[in-house]
Amino acid sequence: MSPGILGKKIGMTQVFRPNGEVVPVTLLKAGPCVVTQRKTATTDGYEAVQLGLVEFAKTKNITKPAAGHLKKSGADGVRFQRELRLDGGSGDMKAGDRVLVGEFKPADKVDVIGVSKGRGFAGLVKRHHFRGGENTHGSMFHRAPGSIGASSFPSRVFPGMRMAGHMGHQRVTVRNLEVIEVNAEDNVLAVKGAVPGPAGSYVLVRRARS
Amino acid sequence: MPIRRDCCPETFSPEIAMTNALLARFIEQKKRTDIPEFRTGDTIRVHVKIREGDKERLQAFEGTVIARNNTGMGESITVRKVSFGQGVERIFPVNAPVIDHIDVVRTGRTRRSKLYYLRGLKGKAARLRERV
Repeated sequence: MSPGILGKKIGMTQVFRPNGEVVPVTLLKAGPCVVTQRKTATTDGYEAVQLGLVEFAKTKNITKPAAGHLKKSGADGVRFQRELRLDGGSGDMKAGDRVLVGEFKPADKVDVIGVSKGRGFAGLVKRHHFRGGENTHGSMFHRAPGSIGASSFPSRVFPGMRMAGHMGHQRVTVRNLEVIEVNAEDNVLAVKGAVPGPAGSYVLVRRARS
Repeated sequence: MPIRRDCCPETFSPEIAMTNALLARFIEQKKRTDIPEFRTGDTIRVHVKIREGDKERLQAFEGTVIARNNTGMGESITVRKVSFGQGVERIFPVNAPVIDHIDVVRTGRTRRSKLYYLRGLKGKAARLRERV
């Protein structure tokens, strides 16, 4: 059993449970994946499996070193690869094995790792939820940071001071999302709740630690 | 991601043209198929499942559809009726399992999609002509 699967975010919708409860779901196009390398304790010092997402990838967009690496496992059309650690005893996977979404079933718990939407250079109100000031009534303090410290002591800004800067486009993990539905035909996995990143971005779906 | 017309013609509809083909297909599979076709202005009877303790019964709500909001799984309708001189509106999620079934009682001809103006009218003025 694979410790995870790679996929692409499709988008969000909602489904109804039989009891009428509404569940917000994110659809992921998960797999088909191929094991591109199997790392073992003897050769690499740790147990891991390297997965590649099989999709339509132009050969000219795959670098020669990557193509050479993929050739070893016979993988074709792989652009996105990620590695997952294997727990001891589950070493039943070898290079060239396929990982399909059917390995997951509803009610499973998964962690989803993706790259969050980039917000560019964001101010304090957006980035750190500062409240900002009044817009009117003579206020001249709108979205400015305010004081960032005292004067002659300490004569510096303390590290970690929350300020404006680049926001988003970070690796984000959302843990313990419930698998709501698995559609093996379309390779679609529906997980409860939101997943980082824009639609169409790559995600890594990992089985949650129970 | 725009949907390509040729990739899944059986599920193509203009409302979902801006969504992904797989998302459109997922919604199409999940949507209820037993809901009859009706438009705003039609008079419908919505039979809602109501749980009382461990028993379940059906309650009907008959009125004019004055709005259809959203598409996909979250589609909802606003049904208005006048009960003992008091206007009553209920919003139903169309695809929810709480709805047992919907009967179309009467069709109505309208020139707009949201009939909120009916709230300000009563009696003869609040009638709608039958669609032919």
